[in-house]
Order: sequence, then C-alpha cells, then structure tokens
Amino acid sequence: MTKTTLKLDRPGGGNSPSHQDLYAKRKQIYPKLAHGKFRTVKWIVMAVTLGVYYAVPWIRWDRGEGIPDQAVIADFASEKFYFFFIEIWPQEAYYLAGLLILASLALFLVTSLLGRVWCGYACPQTVWTDLYIWVERAFEGDRAARMRLDKAPLTFNKLWRKVGKHIVWLIIAFWTGGAFVLYWHDAPTVARGWFSGEAPLSAYWFAGILTLTTYFLAGMMREQVCTYMCPWPRIQGALTDEHALNVTYRYDRGEPRGPKRKSEDWSERGDCIDCDQCVQVCPMGIDIRDGAQLECIHCALCIDACDAMMKRVGRPTGLIAYDTDVAVEARAAKVQPPKYRLIRMRTILYTALIAAIGGLMLFGLSTKATFELNLLKDRSPPFVRLSDGDIQNGYTLKLVNKNTKPRTVSVSVKGPEGLSVKVIGLPHDDASSFEVPVAAHGVDRYRVLVSAPETGKTESLDFAVTDLETGETVTNRVSFMRGGE
Amino acid sequence: MSKEDKPVDEHSGIETTGHSWDGISELNNPLPRWWLIVWYISIGIAVIYMILMPAIPALPGLGTNTPGIRNASDRDNVAVAMAELNVERSVSSNALLGASLEEIQTDRDLQQFALAMGESLFGDNCATCHGAGGRGAKGYPVLADDVWLWDGTLDGIETTLRHGIRHEGDDATRFSAMPRFGRDKLLTSQQIDDLTEYVLNFSGRSDDTEAVNRAAPLWSVQCSSCHGENGMGDRTLGAPNLTDTDWLYGGQRDDIYSTIYNARNSHMPAWGDRLDDASIKALAVYVHSLGGGE
Repeated sequence: MTKTTLKLDRPGGGNSPSHQDLYAKRKQIYPKLAHGKFRTVKWIVMAVTLGVYYAVPWIRWDRGEGIPDQAVIADFASEKFYFFFIEIWPQEAYYLAGLLILASLALFLVTSLLGRVWCGYACPQTVWTDLYIWVERAFEGDRAARMRLDKAPLTFNKLWRKVGKHIVWLIIAFWTGGAFVLYWHDAPTVARGWFSGEAPLSAYWFAGILTLTTYFLAGMMREQVCTYMCPWPRIQGALTDEHALNVTYRYDRGEPRGPKRKSEDWSERGDCIDCDQCVQVCPMGIDIRDGAQLECIHCALCIDACDAMMKRVGRPTGLIAYDTDVAVEARAAKVQPPKYRLIRMRTILYTALIAAIGGLMLFGLSTKATFELNLLKDRSPPFVRLSDGDIQNGYTLKLVNKNTKPRTVSVSVKGPEGLSVKVIGLPHDDASSFEVPVAAHGVDRYRVLVSAPETGKTESLDFAVTDLETGETVTNRVSFMRGGE
Repeated sequence: MSKEDKPVDEHSGIETTGHSWDGISELNNPLPRWWLIVWYISIGIAVIYMILMPAIPALPGLGTNTPGIRNASDRDNVAVAMAELNVERSVSSNALLGASLEEIQTDRDLQQFALAMGESLFGDNCATCHGAGGRGAKGYPVLADDVWLWDGTLDGIETTLRHGIRHEGDDATRFSAMPRFGRDKLLTSQQIDDLTEYVLNFSGRSDDTEAVNRAAPLWSVQCSSCHGENGMGDRTLGAPNLTDTDWLYGGQRDDIYSTIYNARNSHMPAWGDRLDDASIKALAVYVHSLGGGE
C-alpha cells in the first residue's frame, strides 16, 4: 500500500486511476481546544451525561422484602425491569417499545428544530471521544504539540506520554464497561464480587467487550464511527431541513474570503479571514465553510473558534452560527431573511405524536393494575366429550400479583347453563367459584376444567377474580368450545 | 471506456463509478484502510478457529470431521449442561420422590413443578401417540376425557406408565387378550354380523332385533366374561364399556365388525425402565390433570 495523496486540483480528480489507492489510510485529526460558550456547554453536558451514567446504578430505592432495592436495574433473575417507581414485567414489554418510539420521535423533533444537536452534544460516541481527546491533550498538549510529538522520533518523553495516555484511556474504558454491567445486577454485590471472582461470567464478558469497544471507538476510531458506521447521519440528514437551525457558515457575510491586509477595507471583502481556526478545532476534520456535510456532527466548536477570531479582528461575531439555510440564502440574495419558525407543520406533528404516545404511556403506567388475570385455553384438545355426554374445556389460569403482599382471591366462572368447574389440586366441589391463594410478587398458575352439557354451540365464559381483602376485581372472557358435530 | 477517462464529479473533483441514477452519481472514494485490516483480521480469526475447533466436515476418504486441537464437541457440552441441569433439578425431583402422588397434586410448589416437568416429558415421550395435551387418535386413547380403559386414578395411571400395557418383558404389565374371533375361525361371519348388531344395540343403534336375539347366547358365552352382561366393560381387564359414545377404534358398524373379527390388543411400552421415578410421578400427575383424572 502506498501513501494516498489526494489533490483535488489535479486533472482527473484526486481519485483518478493513476494515483488512486483502493484503500485510504485514516488521516489523523488533531482537534485544537476551543474556548467559548459552546465549548462550555459541551463540558457541562459531558459532566452531566457521564455523571448520570456512572452514578445511577448506585441509587437505592426501597421496594420491599426480596425485591431489588436498586433504582434502575434490568433484573434478569426475576425477569423484571425496575425504574424508580416504575416496574415493568415481561408481559408489559410494550412500554419498552413505547419508550423507543418516544425516543425516536424526540430525535425527529429536535433534529427538525436544531439539526444534529444530538450528534454534537449528547451522543455517547461524541461524549466519550471528547473525554478521550481531553485526556490526550492532558498528556500530549494541544494540536500543535501533538502534531510535533507524532512526528518526533521515539524518546522517553514521547514514550511516557503515549503510554500514560493509553493507560488512562483503558482505565476509563474499563470503568465504562464496568458501569454498564451494574445496570443488570445489584451494583454493590457485583462490584464487591468483581475482584474476588464471584461476579457472574457474563458480567466479565460484557465489561470486557465494552472496555474494548470504548477504547477503540473513542480512542482510535473516533470520527470514523460517525462517518462510516453510524446510521444516524444518514437518517438525520433526511430529517433536518432548510428551516432547522444548523451550524452554518454565513457565506453571504464571509465571502470573498482571504487573509486581511492592513490596507484593505472590510467593505470591499468578506469577513472570513481564512485563518483556518474553524478547521483546526473540528473533531471531524472538515471545513464547515464547504456547507452542510455528512461528516459534520454540529458540535458548534467552530462557532467558538470563529467568534474568538472575529472579536480579535474587530468584526461582529456569528460568521459561523446556528442559522437556517433559508435565512442565509435570503441574505445572500439581499432580501429580508425570514424569521426562524419554531412552529412548523412537522414540529407540530412530532410534538403532537410525542404528547399522544407519552400521555398514553403515562396513563397506562399510572392506572396500571397491580393484579392481572390471564387465561389460556387448551388448544389441544380444544374440547373433549365426557362419558356422560357433557363437553369439557381445559384452561390455564394465570394470576399475576404485582403487589409485594400475598393475596387470597375468589375466582368465579359464569357462562353456559349447568356448568361445573374443577380446579386441579383443590377439593372437587363442582362449584362455579373457588378461593385460591396467590403468592406475593409473582405469577400463580391453576389448571381449571370446565364442563357443561352439549348444545353444539360455542359460548363464552366469564372469569372474575376478586381480591378478598381489597375488593379489586379483574375479569376476562374466554370461549367455551363445543364441536357440534 | 478505458481506465484513464473515467467520469469525474465536477463539484468535488472525485472520480465517480460512472453509474447514474436520476442524475445522481456515486463517488468512487477509496474505502478506509481499517476496513481492509478488519477483513484481514477476520480471515485470521477464521484460520485460528479452524485450527482450534471442529471445522471441516467428514469428506469422502477423511473418515471424520477435523476435531480441532481443542477437541470441542457440542454434544459433550450438551451432556455436561444436562448433567448440571439435573443436579439443579434434583432438589425438586427429590421432593417428588419423597411425596405421594396426592401430596404432589395438592402441594402448590410440587404441583407446579410436576406439571411443568410432566408437560415436557409428555411432549417428548407420549405425544407421538396420544397427541399434544392427550387429545388421542384412533387406537390411542384420549387422556383428556374421563373414559379410562384400565384406571384413571393417580396410582392407576402411575402403574400403567410404569409397566405399560401388554408389554413383553414386564411381568406386572397390564394384560388381557381379546380373541381374534373371525381370523382364528372361532365364529362364523354370520355370527360376527349378529354380534355387531348386539353391540350396536347397547347404544340403541340397531333395528335388527332378530340378529340381536340370535347373538344373545353368543354374547353370554364369548363376550360377557370381559365386557359384562350389559356391555359395561371391566376395568380390571381393560375391557371397554361398549354402551357409551366413546369408541377407541370407531363406533360404526364396519369398525365394530372389524374389531370382533381381528380383535384389538394394543400395546403401550413400560416406561419404568426408560424414565426415572421422579419422571414417572410427574407424568402421572400431568396426565391426571389433563381433564379426566379420577
């Protein structure tokens, strides 16, 4: 493999067959540290998101005897997901689907308002890469120093800086993978058991995998993840539009660009002095002045860099700014730019959908019964004929008790004339109602046989289950089949 | 088109693939090199895998597949996993051994365990003939209804399971033999016709009173010792009740004729020497719960 040289001004293009490699080596990017309000916002977002990620598994939340007291835990042992006061059972996995729908709608909304703000501030890849670059800067210095160091021959100075950086990266990576595991187990237990080898094997596996992915993705791959691996840039590119606020170079004001000579008057030229600061701070290694690009994560660091330069040369800030395409185009055409419109058809639609689905979920969660009745009718055989000619159907009655206290419930069955009910394991008294205990915080199954005289018709059975103490009642209708043959 | 004059995108100056879809052409950018490296690593992993693990199947002349230097076998892994599972289960299955069938059925925890275990055992061993959920088939009794040839109590079901029906090599097997009245020339075709009418008459389905009357003495001599004078059957002999609506081999005239002519002596294997005691007990409780347990 020879070194790729990409020179766009050559005839035939940078990739013309005469000097094109099939595979291009990654060009190391050395983002320079920016100073300004967006950099500050990014530091704060980083602190908050990382803080949430690392701290949440340690929050305790008392739920009662024998139930995990961890505020947020996906507990595989008991097949339940706990989130503070919310408790999701496997039967309610649709809440998870709802949450994912909400998340994607929220992303749609934010993208249509503020472009790829998720990519720029909150995406884990961005946050961890930012953290890793911070470590890199601490060991190797800022952009110029890092470039020098990479070119320099291997000395002790270079060695300890490089090794130190990688060690800290690995520690962060391990901490990241380790924290992930805490969401699936009781955090103090797994953390204590970790070093004595008592943690479950899967915990070591997942921590190991996440340590490696964090180390490679945030340390080595960085912008390659966004450009080549991530589907969001493609999707978000379709969701943003000319009315969304994107990190934009205002070419109407910047052009014609060029280094500013003392003799030159600002009125005869654009404000862009071609200082290259926006390119140097860019973690993606692109030039924002080329316009909207797939690679751009809209982290706004170029705004900070440009504003600092504009202040220095005494021009107004905001040559690069959050702006809409329509506004820039209007100013370029010397007409009054339209006002930024927060309320548009798509933002209304997304907001309405979020409100509807969120409201539905809230309603569901707040009125969620602590007691459920599931009935499974035997399918094989669907019914049998007894020796006295009656027809019998079998059912599995599942009583779901989400309370932390055991209950005693009465089950009553109403349906066809002359029905008789038998529960396996209970004394047979041919009654159409019976009392059974239901264990705390669990599911109890009872096998119920119902028989009734043959009429040839399929009818329905109504099961009603009442908690004898609280009076809570749940009902369920199920069919009672007869062949009629 | 020669290599030298490939089309170039005007905007970026980068060569395109030459394909154009609705005026949109594809830039022919080089792939990132790490993709290539990942590909090489994958090939390396595949080679290492082939050395470590069984990889190349048994080709002609090779005899067996390549075992790999780790000599791994999924079959052995399953055996180990099953052994571990059995140890885990032994707590509950030992509890089954220590309890009577009635205790298993009335104790909530034991019942749940026995039903779950019984269901899976039934699916593996019994459903082939008796059908899922014991729905039965011609010649294979329905286990979900309350008609029992031999015994529908918990203990009776356990005995049937353990020793089978007409199972050679088990002295305690349930046994009876219906003579092959036609095939062995014990009765004439006319007599069998008459007996068929006689049997149909138990469920009020014969209008040939003459034939019924002719057959009455025959019934007393040949059939009543097992099926009873009134055709009510005898469970100690596995002789079915012929007066009800349940017919294991079909209740039409032809079916009944054929049954008398050829006799019906169906078999069920003895499971006592194939399944362990806990499994037999779990199966007994499960079958009893299907719908007709007594």
